[in-house]
Formats: sequence, C-alpha cells, structure tokens
Amino acid sequence: MAVVPSERIYEGTRIPARCPTVLDIDPAEHELDDILTVNFGPNHPSTHGVLRLIVQLDGEHVAGIEAVIGYLHTGFEKTMEHKTYWKGITYPERIDYLSFQANELVFVLAIEKLLGLETPEKAVWMRMCLAELNRIHSHLVWLGTSALEIGAISMFWYAFRERDMVLDLFEMVTGVRMHTRYFQVGGLAEDIPEGFYAEARDLARHMPRAVNDYEALLDRNKIWLERTKGIGLLSAADALALGQSGPMLRGSGVDWDLRKAMPYLAYDEVDFDVPVYPNGDVYDRYKVHMDEMRASARIVAQCVTRLEELRGAPWIADDRKVVLPPREELHTSMESLIHHFKIVTEGYRVPEGQVYVAIESARGECGCFLVSDGGPKPWRVKFRAPSFAALQATATCVRGTAIADLIAVAASLDPVMGDVDR
Amino acid sequence: MSPSGVPGVVETVEAHGETTLVVDPARIVEAATHLRDAEGFNVLVDVSAVDYLGWGTTKVAGYIGTPAGRDMHAPGSQGLERVPDAKAKRFAVVYHLLRVSDAPERVRVEARIDDGEEIASVVPVWPAADWFEREAFDLMGIVFRGHPNLVRILMPEDWEGHPLRKDYPIGGEPVRFSGEA
Repeated sequence: MAVVPSERIYEGTRIPARCPTVLDIDPAEHELDDILTVNFGPNHPSTHGVLRLIVQLDGEHVAGIEAVIGYLHTGFEKTMEHKTYWKGITYPERIDYLSFQANELVFVLAIEKLLGLETPEKAVWMRMCLAELNRIHSHLVWLGTSALEIGAISMFWYAFRERDMVLDLFEMVTGVRMHTRYFQVGGLAEDIPEGFYAEARDLARHMPRAVNDYEALLDRNKIWLERTKGIGLLSAADALALGQSGPMLRGSGVDWDLRKAMPYLAYDEVDFDVPVYPNGDVYDRYKVHMDEMRASARIVAQCVTRLEELRGAPWIADDRKVVLPPREELHTSMESLIHHFKIVTEGYRVPEGQVYVAIESARGECGCFLVSDGGPKPWRVKFRAPSFAALQATATCVRGTAIADLIAVAASLDPVMGDVDR
Repeated sequence: MSPSGVPGVVETVEAHGETTLVVDPARIVEAATHLRDAEGFNVLVDVSAVDYLGWGTTKVAGYIGTPAGRDMHAPGSQGLERVPDAKAKRFAVVYHLLRVSDAPERVRVEARIDDGEEIASVVPVWPAADWFEREAFDLMGIVFRGHPNLVRILMPEDWEGHPLRKDYPIGGEPVRFSGEA
C-alpha cells in the first residue's frame, strides 16, 4: 500500500505539502531564473551551533529553505549502550548542554521507573529546584544570544550577569559549573551545602527584578518590536501537527505544560503560572521565555522553603543494591566495600522492560525511551530532543519572510545543536 | 482509550503504568489515523527504532522492587539468572503518541518488523514524523515506504551501514597505519 502524501494537510496550514520540513520554490510565485541559492552555515555565529540552512532567495525573500543537520552528531545513544547505567548518567547532560540537568533528570527518572525505586522527598524537591534554576540558565543564554543576533548587543551582558549567578549556585552545590552529574539513581550525589538556601533565595528574589530590567530594555525598543512582531508565524494547529512542545507551543496559543498537565516530581505541590501567548510569532515566544523565568524563580523560592524544612533528611534512597554506600562506611564495613566495588565495576542491573519518561525541559518535552534486557547496560536509549522537533518547524516559520528575519526566526526556535544531533 | 477499537492491534501490554499497543506493521497507517481522529492523539512525540539482534543470548539478573519488598528468589533476581523472552522479529518501530487536551494521555504504538521488511510512513498522518523517520532510517536502517524525503539525516550522505544496529562494528571506520602493506 503506497502512501501518497496529501496535497493539503488541513485547511489553513502553512506546512509545506510535499515534505513538511522542506520549503520548495513555488514556480507560480517566483521566477526560477531569479533564484539565488545561499548556503547559510554550518559555521555561522547566528546558527547557535552548527546548523546549515540551504536558502533559496528571490531578491530579499526566502522562496525555499531546507535545514541540514548532523554536524554535531556524536553517537551518544550508541555510546550509552556500552556504558553501565551508573556511568551513563554523564552522557545525557552533554546532549543539551544548556539545560543539562533536565537531560540528566529524565535519564535518572527513567532508570528509577524501571527499577521501581522511590526517592526521598528531599531529593525530589532539590531536583525540582535545580531543574528550575537550569531553566533560568538556559533561557538567559537564549535571550542573550538571540537578542545579540538582531542587534541588541547589551542584552548579552545583562543576561550573562544573572547566568553567572545561577552557575555560581551550581558550583556551590555540585562542585562544577556545567554538566554537574549531581543526580544519582535514588536521589542526589551529596547533601545540600548549608550556604545554598540563602543564596538560592537571594537569586529567586533578584530574578523577577532582572527580568523587568530586560523587558525595560526590549519591550519599548522600536527596533526590537519591528524585528520580532508578526515574524516567524506558527499557528496552534501547525505547531501540534509538527510535534512542537514547550515555549514553541505556548507562544502559539496552546496552553500546554507537562509540569501542569502531567505533573512529575512535586510540581503539583507548587504554585506557578504557565504563560500562554496567542500570536505564534517571535515576539510571543520571547514573552513566554520571560514569563517562564519569573515562574521558575517563584518555584525556586518555594523549593528552598521546603528544603529548609527538610534539613537533615536523607538525600538518597537507602538501597544498597543500587545506591553507593556512604563513603565513611567503606573503611569499616566489608559489605559496604563489596557493594561499592560491584556498583562501580559491574553496575547495578535494571529489570527487563521499556519505559518512556518525559519532562518539561527549557525547550519543551525532553523524553527518554529506555529499553532494558535486565543487564547492567541499557539495551537502547533514545532521547526525544525538543530542539530536534523545533527545527522541523523551520520551513513553516520562515515561509514568506525576508532573509534578515531568518536569523530572528531561527533563534526563536531555540535550537541547541547538541540536542538536535545527539 | 479502548485498545480494542484500534485497527490492527495484535497485543496490548500494560507495564510501569504505560500502555503499549503492538500493531500489525501492514496496518500502521490505519491504526495511526484511527488514533489521531477517533482517540484524539494529536501529537506524535517520538519515533524510535530498537534492534533486538542478540536479545536473550546472555542471562540477566536484576534486583526488582524496593529493599523492603524485594524477593531475592524471584526469577531474574539475585543468584537466579534468567534469559529474557525471545523476540519474534528483529526490529521494533516505536511511536510515542500524546493527546494534548484537557484529558492528557500517552500511548506507545509498537510495530515489529524483520530486517529487509518495510513499513509505511506516517508522515501523512502526523507531519512531525518526517525527521524522526529519517533518523530511524539513518541510524537503524528501517525503510519507511511513502516517506517524501527518506535520506540520511545525522550521518554523512555517503556513510555505509546503520550505526545503531547491534551488528555495526564498534570502532567502525577502518584505519590504515603507515608501514602497512
């Protein structure tokens, strides 16, 4: 049974009909002799990594476009099949290098789901706290770089000022600024340092003011408004059909956030708003990012309050078959030494089965599909990368725009090429 | 959702709170269209392929459950290894669907095929399948019939083999050292 792609996917769509991700030149609208093909990237400062766009221009207007990816493919999924689960946790962080803790979290949650392992309350709340700090970090990098690309150079310095504060917190908790590997199966790698609470609370208090500063710089800036409003249009129906998630959906008027719709960790116990904007242009995506930073700061404050109550509580599950024994026991207990040795060398074994776990990362639905045969290494790991899905919307979004707007549109999709290419 | 109404379902598996519908690969488009239109699964979240070559050749053991309720004598637990159940076909093409609405729900659709068999593309049902299917073709060598642009996506165009297959040689590329004939 041959499948013939339908001419129109549905009424009113902007999705190209022949192939949803390739915009072909329409001979009725463009003189084919006037078309100039321009290769944009893969090495270009405004492609957020190594994205290549083959653009066909009619004058200044984009007549055809095709995105070419794969320049950063490093085979994470294949490598992880050859590492024990315990060692594998370091890999997902490097996939989406801006929201590293989201990827780390989703992998750990998938393993825990297969193991049927319960995590202590303190670990749940700390994971949520760090995941939200990480969202702020990721959004700040997004804001700084995408504003820089359309000429708002000073935004970069403002955004990176607060980003550094977030990274300082990560350094305090985990010892590293990026790729923290702080989440262990069963909980956290170490207890929360005493100074964290006050510093995190300060940041949560400071962040809404900082977001006000950013908006004061951009929201009444005529150049910014003209370069973002009404550009890169994506309707709600198109966004759903193209599998979009996160800020892409919420900027197109779809009220969808996994933290509210299908709560994980303890998101059903915290109070926060989900921003939804109806126009589906670059400006609305920018507004979603700004409001999400405020919401994240609110969640961080609530997490810190809860974590302070949980001082002294265990931060990792007490399950010696899966979790490393406490360091101090290694000198006195033979059993602990054996468990430590077995977990580090052989790894723990995860029961046979397959699970799919999804969380709301900074870019949308970050999923982990994990298949285990019961051995110490995953049989198959597949990461559902939100950036990969977002880039599929390139052709739809840039339809009919000018070449100069292409930069703004590509940036508003918020692609992290490590996440796209894995 | 009622799995019985979905065309082509051969098996329904409930595990870890997730529903898996195993669908006859010849009727995948029919099942996908039904799930989209009648059941409201409006978003295709992910398409992935799994290679089960060599599955069940080694004995495995795991620790199942929490420490309090753990049965050390259960099959597959400590000291009592078992062989995983054999798979009838080599590959599984796995679709993760999501219903974005006030009654959110997820379902996993699995189609099992052998090496050399093709499966129909679901791009006409969900345009989002475009790149996901290209990725499964590129890395696992699954051929999606009717896909509008089935070419490699992550690997270079002239790459040989499909790296995520279990029989793909690790350390892949042949290297010639100086001094070799």
